[in-house]
Amino acid sequence: MSFLTLTLSLIFVLIPIVLSKTLKLGLEKDTIIATIRSIIQLLAVGYLLTFVFDSDNFFYLVCMIILMIGAATQNARKKGAAIQGITWKLIVTFIFVEGLTQGILLGLQITPPAAQYIIPISGMLIGNSMVLSILFLNRFTSEVETRQEETELILSLGGTPKQAIHMPLIHSIKASLIPTIESQKTIGLVQLPGMMSGQIIAGADPAQAVQFQLLILFLLLTTAAVTSIMLGLLSYPTLFNKQMQMLKIRE
Amino acid sequence: MTSSDPVAIKFKNVNYSDGKLPILKNINGFFPKAKITTIVGPSGAGKTTLFRLCNGLISPSSGETIVNERDINYYEPTQLRRTFGLALQRATMLRGNVFKNLSMPRILQDKRLHKNEAKELLNDVGLDPNILERNVKDLSGGQRQKVSIARTLVNKPNILLLDEITSSLDQVSQLDIETLIKQLNEKYKVTIIWITHNLQQARSVGDYTWVMMDGQLVESGEISLLHHPQHAKVKRFIKGEVE
Repeated sequence: MSFLTLTLSLIFVLIPIVLSKTLKLGLEKDTIIATIRSIIQLLAVGYLLTFVFDSDNFFYLVCMIILMIGAATQNARKKGAAIQGITWKLIVTFIFVEGLTQGILLGLQITPPAAQYIIPISGMLIGNSMVLSILFLNRFTSEVETRQEETELILSLGGTPKQAIHMPLIHSIKASLIPTIESQKTIGLVQLPGMMSGQIIAGADPAQAVQFQLLILFLLLTTAAVTSIMLGLLSYPTLFNKQMQMLKIRE
Repeated sequence: MTSSDPVAIKFKNVNYSDGKLPILKNINGFFPKAKITTIVGPSGAGKTTLFRLCNGLISPSSGETIVNERDINYYEPTQLRRTFGLALQRATMLRGNVFKNLSMPRILQDKRLHKNEAKELLNDVGLDPNILERNVKDLSGGQRQKVSIARTLVNKPNILLLDEITSSLDQVSQLDIETLIKQLNEKYKVTIIWITHNLQQARSVGDYTWVMMDGQLVESGEISLLHHPQHAKVKRFIKGEVE
């Protein structure tokens, strides 16, 4: 694709701006900001990836992953601001998810140990893990607030914090996993996944593209389950103190 | 109430603040063992907060709470809470049937409640044992409250904390619960501490009483205190001049 054709694709940005203006939705400014940010970010990443792939240096590869984890943490922590130490909990979760999945992929030689594979797959995994974290934290804080009476009832009956928080935790984990599981049920029927579409457009063999996409889908299932459960197990103890008293959730 | 009476819970200079807002101010007093003490006072007097202190759901900002002659911090939190039964105005239920709710205190200790025990508990609180499998959503307000009381009895508590348990019930259910609580007190010698906004109820069920206002224990003593209070503020409250 040439820069001229890319410029022409800006028509697809103009359409929502015109619609927003006509219907007075007030989304013009956000649309323009989002477009400019995506252009700058993706161009920067494109040049950065070229540099990392050309240099073939392990250090740069690690730096890229750290950058992804940092950005994902920064984005997700806002939703969990009510939970003490959420930044570290997110970082530990993302590192664990990345280590586990890449460990399996590379350890079993499912993918080659090359930056071209590690970086894009890490991006998809960490990105998915970030979305899952946001979904989980959003639901968990609201479950904790709405079920406070029930939680304190279990504490009053002599239950431990783990027993008292069991139901809000389970509901939040399930709720955050549902979108991943549901979207996998209709994949290929309703939408063609982005990575697979990209490969096909770039001229790859569709059968090969499907194989890679399946690999990613399976990885995303693990990522989703591990992220929600790990974040839940790391988060709930901070809602209680040593006397097994429920602490007020921070505003 | 004399200092020689056996004491279930004693407070020494207890203060509690929520952030900078003082809720309980210098509480000094006690609840006698195996008796019914009613706590009365206007809304916002700190009565419910006092209950949460008793079973360790919160800790005082300063002062000491003595439970069964030992400092509250001596007890492991789960053990402490199993010596108390707490029933609330809304009779909070766990989703599911009556048996699930009655079983919960045992499940929390990795033990089982047998159906016969559950039926006996329902019988103790004057409910038909056949409602065991009924969903709690299908119970009346009075039935829910009785199930809530039965659930507190599973752990065989020494002390029952009752927070406005009859305030949303009709007259018949109210009298029913009053009789039940008196029977439990007589049968099991359980210490009952009962928050109520109903002065008539406080007089009829209580052996002793506490009058709390604005976070303070203003007056406490034999139940006759509610007929002949000494403190001017309490006199105004009893006349209905303080909401």
